[in-house]
Parts: sequence; structure tokens; C-alpha cells
Amino acid sequence: MTEGDRSWLYAVTRELDQAVLCRMAGVAGETPHVVECTRLTAVVGRVPASSFGQEALHRNLEDLDWLDRVARAHNAVVDTLARVGPTVPLRLATIYLDDVRVQLAVDEHEPQFQRTLSHVAGRTEWGVKAVLDPALLGGESTTDTAGSPGMAYLRRQREALSARDRALRFGAEQAEHIHSRLSALAVDAQRHRPQDPQLAGEKLPMILNATYLVENDATQEFGQAVARYGHAHPAIQLKLTGPWPPYSFSSQQERTP
Amino acid sequence: MSPEQPGLMSQQGSLGAAGNHAPSNLGDILERVLDKGLVIAGDIRVNLLDIELLTIKLRLIIASLETAKEVGIDWWEHDPWLSGRDDRGLVEENKELRARIAELEKAGEERMLEGGDRD
Repeated sequence: MTEGDRSWLYAVTRELDQAVLCRMAGVAGETPHVVECTRLTAVVGRVPASSFGQEALHRNLEDLDWLDRVARAHNAVVDTLARVGPTVPLRLATIYLDDVRVQLAVDEHEPQFQRTLSHVAGRTEWGVKAVLDPALLGGESTTDTAGSPGMAYLRRQREALSARDRALRFGAEQAEHIHSRLSALAVDAQRHRPQDPQLAGEKLPMILNATYLVENDATQEFGQAVARYGHAHPAIQLKLTGPWPPYSFSSQQERTP
Repeated sequence: MSPEQPGLMSQQGSLGAAGNHAPSNLGDILERVLDKGLVIAGDIRVNLLDIELLTIKLRLIIASLETAKEVGIDWWEHDPWLSGRDDRGLVEENKELRARIAELEKAGEERMLEGGDRD
């Protein structure tokens, strides 16, 4: 470890066949390596301080292209690890001065890592997003122009508002319904803030953004349920994403105090 | 980074059945790596709240100005409840009403002139 390097922590596992690592490229294009801790294994990347030191990092994180690249690389490493065994993903930019500091940090938080590893073992995170197309909701829309233009204007305005109100309420009810049904097929579930349409690459408003931790045995059943609810109403489209590393189920200490 | 992953699927063999979508949506990835994942203190201090707000807002502002209207995702802008402003419709309505008044006045004048002729 040279003066100009830092240690980027990707994930923590119980044990790992290191052969998996040689095919990976990390956030700095490096091949990640293993740091053996007392009872856990950390997967770490050696990254240059010139890009990942305190000052450089703050600057770089505000560069969307840089962030895009680094986020994808971090996810790719974590994703590969999660496919070969129980893995706890670390939040982006968990960086230490060297591997010894990584070891100390992982050992210090071992109970938390162990709890999470037990929770996610043999299970996979899936994402489900639902969007609502208000145009397919139906409902009456009168284009009655009788009366004075001012009155017609007010009436149109009122109708548009109540249609939107109905759409929002319908969307909320459907989201609640879908989420409760899918939760029943999962061991753990979380609802997240709906993504902005622009960020999500969607034109339609999102009514549900949730993640489910599903037993690997129940994957097929879960996928079929998503497909079923996706066809239940023409105005609602469901999108399944994954398999994901268990990002949403990595903080067991907060959930079971 | 990800093309070699299918070979590693064997441990979760049944996953392919539900569809193995390569996660590529930046929003999905950012949401997870910035917002989720286990948080333990590193040696390099990063205020992730700042990053999240900065980057996502930046992207949204740029995107919404340039493309939101083009791709028709600005429905909330016309919604006085969501946008907090409803002058757009009123401006248009005012314009309409003014045009209508001008028309009526013109018609009234013409009728008066016609009436004058007949008398």
C-alpha cells in the first residue's frame, strides 16, 4: 500500500472464492482484492488518493459522469459478489486510509454484518416499480362549452382537478394493494420514495417504488405475481428489476432494535 | 463489468425464470448505492446527503428545463395543486376573453351603424 492509495470497501462476505475477483474491474479500474478480517471477508479496491482522497472525492462526486461511472462499477462488483454468496453491500464511497483500517472497521461492526448476512442468505432483492397512465383510466370528460367562456373555463378547470384527484387516489389505492400482496410473498419489503419520472427514464408518474427480499425458492412465484398484477389494470404498468444485491436490506440494526 | 455475470448465476439457478434484467437504469443504481447499503464510518468523510441532493437536483433541473416539455412529462406544471401556481390558464383565459370582448364591441358598433342607416 503506497502513500497515494486509499482502500475502497465494496462489500463484506463470510467467505469468498477469490477466483471471482480476477474478472472484475472496480471503481478505479482496479482488480478488487480480499482483506481477511477476524471472521469476515472484506472486498476492497486500491484506489488513487488523487481521485478518491477527501478533496478530490468531493469534487468528483459532483461530476455526474464520474458519479455515473463509479456508481455502476461499485454496483457491478457488489452484484457479482451477491450472485456467488451472501453479501452485505456498503454504501458508495466507504473509504479507508489502508487495508488495516478496513479490517478494524469490519471487526468493530461484526455483529451488524453477521445479522445482515444471516438475513439475506439464500434470498434476493427484487425491485418493483409501478407507473400509472392517467389517460387509460377512463372516466367522463365533458367538453361542454355552453355558457359564458369564463364559466366554461372554471368548469373545465374543476373537472381536470377532480380527474387528477381521482387518478391520484386510484394510484395510491392500487399501489397499497399491490405492495401488500407482494409483501406476503417476500420475507422483507420496503417502500421507497417514488422516483422522479426523468430520473427513472419514465414518462408516467410512479405510484409504487418498492423492494422485496425474496427466498430464492420463491423467485418464480414472485415473478409470476408481478406479471399478474401488471396485467390486472390497463392503466397500471409494473416493472420488475433485479436480481439486486440486498442494498435495501443491509441495515438490520435499525429494523430490529 | 457485467457481461461475465451469467456464468455466476448457477447458485441462484431459478432466478432466470423471473427474468434476469441487467440493472442499467442510472436512477435505480444511484438510488441504491447512494441511499441504501450498509453505512459504517470511513476515514474519508463524505456527506452523502449533500451529494444526493446536489447531483439529483442538478440532473433534474437540467433535464426538466430542456426535455421535460418535449417528452410531455410536465403534467404537474399545469396542476395548480402540485406546482402551486395556476396563472397559466388564467392568462390564456384572459386573452380569450379580451378577444371575445373586442369581437362583441366591433359587432355592436357595426349594428349601431347599420341601425343608423335604416332609421
